[in-house]
Amino acid sequence: MSEKIIEMHKVNKWFDDFHVLKDINLDVESKQKIVVCGPSGSGKSTLIRCINRLEEHQKGSIIVDGTELSENTKNIEKIRADVGMVFQQFNLFPHLSILDNCSLAPIWVKKMSKKDAEELAMKQLEQVQISDQAKKFPGQLSGGQQQRCAIARALCMKPKIMLFDEPTSALDPEMIKEVLDAMVNLAKGGMTMIVVTHEMGFAKEVADEVIFMDEGLIVEKQPTKDFFANPKSDRTKLFLSQIL
Amino acid sequence: MQKFNFLKPDNNNLTLFLSLGTIFFILSIIDFSLNNFLDKNITSFLPRYLNFFTPLVFGLIGLHFIRIEFSGIKKLDILNKNINTNNFNATLSLFIIFLLIFSIPPLLSWFILDANLSGNTKEACTGSGACWVYIKVWFNRFMYGMYPNAEQWRINISFATVLVFSAFGFFMPTKYRKYLTLYYTIFLPIISFFLIYYLISGGSFGLEWVETGAWGGLSLTFIVSFFCLIFCFPIGMMLALGRRSNLPTIKYSSLGFIEFWRGVPLITVLFMSAVMFPMFLPDGIYMDKLIRVIIAITLFEAAYVAEVIRGGLQALPRGQYDAAKSLGMGYWKLHLLVILPQALKLVIPGIANTFLALVKDTPLIFVVGLLELAGMLNLAKTNPEWLGFSMEGYVFAAIIFWIICYSMSRYSQNLELKYKTDR
Repeated sequence: MSEKIIEMHKVNKWFDDFHVLKDINLDVESKQKIVVCGPSGSGKSTLIRCINRLEEHQKGSIIVDGTELSENTKNIEKIRADVGMVFQQFNLFPHLSILDNCSLAPIWVKKMSKKDAEELAMKQLEQVQISDQAKKFPGQLSGGQQQRCAIARALCMKPKIMLFDEPTSALDPEMIKEVLDAMVNLAKGGMTMIVVTHEMGFAKEVADEVIFMDEGLIVEKQPTKDFFANPKSDRTKLFLSQIL
Repeated sequence: MQKFNFLKPDNNNLTLFLSLGTIFFILSIIDFSLNNFLDKNITSFLPRYLNFFTPLVFGLIGLHFIRIEFSGIKKLDILNKNINTNNFNATLSLFIIFLLIFSIPPLLSWFILDANLSGNTKEACTGSGACWVYIKVWFNRFMYGMYPNAEQWRINISFATVLVFSAFGFFMPTKYRKYLTLYYTIFLPIISFFLIYYLISGGSFGLEWVETGAWGGLSLTFIVSFFCLIFCFPIGMMLALGRRSNLPTIKYSSLGFIEFWRGVPLITVLFMSAVMFPMFLPDGIYMDKLIRVIIAITLFEAAYVAEVIRGGLQALPRGQYDAAKSLGMGYWKLHLLVILPQALKLVIPGIANTFLALVKDTPLIFVVGLLELAGMLNLAKTNPEWLGFSMEGYVFAAIIFWIICYSMSRYSQNLELKYKTDR
C-alpha cells in the first residue's frame, strides 16, 4: 500500500445557495488512476477544481501531498505547481507560441534558465508528438493538437498529480483518439491521475478505480472491473445503461 | 446589328451602350457645371420644375446605360460594382460628384489660388482668399509661444533628443526586449523630464531661465501631451487592476478614484489645480503651474484609460486565469505574463481613442494661463494689427491637430496589425 497523496475529508462546497459538494471523502494514493463520471451538474468538475483550489471549499479539509489547502497563498501556489491540470477548453495562451506556452511556467515559476526550459518543453512536446508545431501559435493548430499541447504544458512543471477536466469533450470525434492515446501513455508512465470523462473505453483501459457522482454526492466508488460488472446502486446502473 | 432594348443594356451592343452612356453622363456634368459656375441653363426650354433636375436625370440615364453586367472590361466592372449597382446607388454617386464639383473650386481658390503668401504685413493681403501672411508672420509664436527667440534652439534640441531616445526602443537588440516596458515607463520619462527641466527651463549651466508662463505654442502642446500620455497609461493600468482586486481597500479606493475623476469636467479640474491646490500646500513650497496641470490631466485621463483597460480584462475568458493559476503563477506573474499582454492588445483601439482625446483636450490649459497652439491663436487674433484673420488661424490649428491625431491613429492601426493573433 503506497502513501496517500490526496486526502479529502468531509469536503463541502456551496455556490451561493446551491450545495455542490456534499461531504466528499476521497483518498487517492500515489500512482493511482481514478476516473470520475456522472451526469452534468453533479459536481465532478468542481471536485477536481477544489484539489488545486481553483475553487474554494467551505467545509472539510483537503490535504495534497502533505500540505493542507488553506488561505495561505504561498502554499496554494506551491501545490498548484505540483498539480497539473488540463481543461475542456484547452486554455492555451493565444499570444504565445506552442513552445513558449510550455516553457513559460518553468521559466517564471520554477526559475529555470530559458535554455533548459525550452529543452524540457521540446522533450514533452515530442512525447505528445507535436514537436514539429513548436513555432506555431495555438490558433493555427487543430483541437486535438491544442489539447495535446495543453497536456505537455502541464507536464513541463513535472507535476506529481495530473487533473483532467473533460479533456475530450470539446473535440471532434476524429481527434479524441490522439488525445486519449497521449493520456494512456502518461498513465503507463506511472502518473497519478484524476480524470473527469465520459470515455468509458478509456476508464476500462487505465483506471484503477471509477467514481460515480450525482447531485454532489459520491454515489459509487469501486475498482474498475466491479464498477462495470456489478454496479451497486440503481442510479449507476441507469447511467451506465444510457452511456454504454 | 442585333435587336436591342434600351431598358436592358447588354453585352451584345457594348460599344453603342457605352458611348450613349458616356455622352449622357458628360452632358449631365456639363449641365451642372454651367448651372453652377456660369449661371447658364442649357435646358431652360424645359419647365422650371423639370430643368432643375436635368443634370440628375441625364446622369442617371448615362449610368443606366453603362450598367452592363460582365462587360469583360475590368475597369467598367469595378466601377459598376462599387458606385453603380442600382439606381439608388447611382443617385448617391451623382450627388457626391455634384457636391465635389460644387465645393472644390471655391475651397481651392480660398486655400491656394486667391491666397496671399508674400509680404510681411496685413496690407499684403489683397486677394479674396486666405491670408497666409498672418500665419507666416506669427508662425514662430504659434510654435514656441512667448519663448525668447534667441533661446528657441533649446526647445528644438531637447525635442530632437527625446525623439532619439524614444526611437531607441525600435532598435533595441532582442536580448534586451524584456526591459522595453521598464525603459518606456520609467527611464524615458525621467530622461525627458531632466532634459526639459535643465534645457528648456534653464537656470543652470549658464542657460537663461525661462519661466513656464512664457512657454507656449505647439511645443507646449507636445510637452503636455507627451508627459500626460506616458504617465496616464501605467497609472490607468494599476487602477484597472485595482478595481478588479479582491482586497476591499484597494478595490474601493480605485473605484472611488476612477469615479471621482470621471465625474468631474476637465476644465474644473484644471481650475482647481491652479486655484485651490496651492492653498493646500504648506507655506514656502511652490509647485509650478505647468507641473500641476500635467498632474491634473494625467490623473483625469488615467481614470479613462483604467476603464478602457478594464474592458479588455473582462473580455478575456476565465479559462486563461484558470490555466495560469493551475501552473502555479501568482497574482503578478499571472497578470504580467498572461492576462495583460492579451488584454492590452484587445484595447489598442480604445487606448488610441483616449489618447487622441487627450491631445485634443490640451488647449483647455488656457484656463490657467498657459497658451499652447490654440491659445496662441486666440491671443494673436486679438492683436489690433491683425484683426479679422481668425479663420486662417483656426484652419491652420485644425490642420496641425489633424496631422498629429491622424499619425497617432495610423500608428495604433500598425500596432493592431503587428500584435494580431488568432484566438
